[in-house]
Amino acid sequence: MQFSANTQALAYLVSAILFIFALKGLTHPSTARRGNYYGMAGMALAVIATLLGAEVQSYGFIIAGVAAGALIGAVLASKVQMTAMPQLVAALHSFVGMAAVLVAIGTYVNRAAAGTLNPVLMTELAVGIVIGAITFSGSVIAFGKLQGLISGKPVVFKGQHILNALLGIVIIAFGAHFGMTESVFSLTMMTLLAFVLGFTLIIPIGGADMPVIISMLNSYSGWAAAATGFTLQNNLLIIVGALVGFSGAILSFIMCKAMNRSIINVVFGGFGSDSAGGESSAAAAALEKGVRAASVEDAIYWMEDASKVIIIPGYGMAVAQAQHALKEFMELLIERGVEVKFAIHPVAGRMPGHMNVLLAEADIPYDHVLEMDEINPEFPTADVALVVGANDVTNPAAKTDSSSPIYGMPILDVSKAKQIYVIKRSMNPGYAGVDNLLYYQDNCSLIFGDAKAVCEGLAGALKGGGH
Amino acid sequence: MPDTLVALYVFVLACFIGYYVIWGVTPSLHTPLVALTNAISGIIIVGALLVTGLEEASTTAQIMGFFAVLLASINVFGGFLVTNRMLAMFKKKK
Repeated sequence: MQFSANTQALAYLVSAILFIFALKGLTHPSTARRGNYYGMAGMALAVIATLLGAEVQSYGFIIAGVAAGALIGAVLASKVQMTAMPQLVAALHSFVGMAAVLVAIGTYVNRAAAGTLNPVLMTELAVGIVIGAITFSGSVIAFGKLQGLISGKPVVFKGQHILNALLGIVIIAFGAHFGMTESVFSLTMMTLLAFVLGFTLIIPIGGADMPVIISMLNSYSGWAAAATGFTLQNNLLIIVGALVGFSGAILSFIMCKAMNRSIINVVFGGFGSDSAGGESSAAAAALEKGVRAASVEDAIYWMEDASKVIIIPGYGMAVAQAQHALKEFMELLIERGVEVKFAIHPVAGRMPGHMNVLLAEADIPYDHVLEMDEINPEFPTADVALVVGANDVTNPAAKTDSSSPIYGMPILDVSKAKQIYVIKRSMNPGYAGVDNLLYYQDNCSLIFGDAKAVCEGLAGALKGGGH
Repeated sequence: MPDTLVALYVFVLACFIGYYVIWGVTPSLHTPLVALTNAISGIIIVGALLVTGLEEASTTAQIMGFFAVLLASINVFGGFLVTNRMLAMFKKKK
């Protein structure tokens, strides 16, 4: 069987509609899995329609590539830890970027051999290669930072922006020269410099800005697919590229808004630093600063008979893998008739929605988990707010201190709860390097220790019976 | 209308669809959204198939195509499967 060009185009249209339904499914957790199946169906249809088209005639390399890719993809998907999801996503972005570069260069080679190159096509090729290359090397750096292979600290040096601007101009010049003259030298230089630009663009960005970077690279990978669609005159690639591109762009916007920073500021900022310090003297440092340290028993005393407890998880929970211990603690509280809710700030974790996935992994039902705007009115009626490894997103200075670097950032209104307990490893400030005013409130105490150990302690104390 | 202009029409209209569909996604599913868009951006596999499968393709083009097919397939399979794995974890109160 062979598809005519028209049949193929119709199959692509159905496939595009299936992808739209796939994304639409994510409107609610109850329809999300069905959406994912629509996506799989759309992809299967697109691949079959392409293979049955007149253009594809040799299958050896294709079968080998798909088989190996399927195996690697399936192993990655089944083995990855939920805390490592940002790394996996970064790796997958880099693959899309590299695939776009390879497809564009491969198309160039094929079309050059057939003698069917033209200036419009070559311009589109150049755009596809540049976006793909930036996506690839940028994602590799993001992966390295998330995996801890390279420092999560922002790497800032003098003349950085000028260097990037220069690189951009030179890339455009080589691209234009390639478009006009088919010069292979210009094509090579443009490609190599685009790889360098991806590297220099992402290296200055710090670890906690990763939610924005992941979203941005997500967006780039979409634009790379769209550019490939233009070169191949393939509407399906254009449509899907636009959908993915916009998805990433909107996520970047949401993340930036949640930090009260512009995308320009994130991309060029080099904001914050990874502060590391002695943890041994945490309690002593706390005392010095006029902060109360509390024990697990103190916290349990307030929580065991409370009517409502709100838990605020942050990246510290992910690092300590405390979500399972937290779930056990939640169940024990619910057994005692306590209402338990989780409050999620949009930028908690290392990628959009990271906390929700970790809590879901620990079997915490999603109707207990609320977003910032939904939960904020509830803090004044909470008997206890328990902060697990979150910091800047709970800092009332964002509302009260106009001189603070985080002033204006939307925060969780933890400070309005009746009693506040914060599980923290040390007195080190959060990512923004700002002191958290929350800790100096009369109704706030800090429990020093590893988040997982403390949560297990809380659960153990509840199981051991009341006071 | 020239083909490139038709492509531009499709692109711009698809951007609008993307804009409205994505704003409807619930924030609690933003991680699965990123993983799913990862999977569907594996649609670049279509481009990779066209490069690799061309009868007259040179060995250079075929080898490039092979790697493109490989990388895109990792995205497709890895992306959909990991999204499925994540979504299976989102449960309601029993």
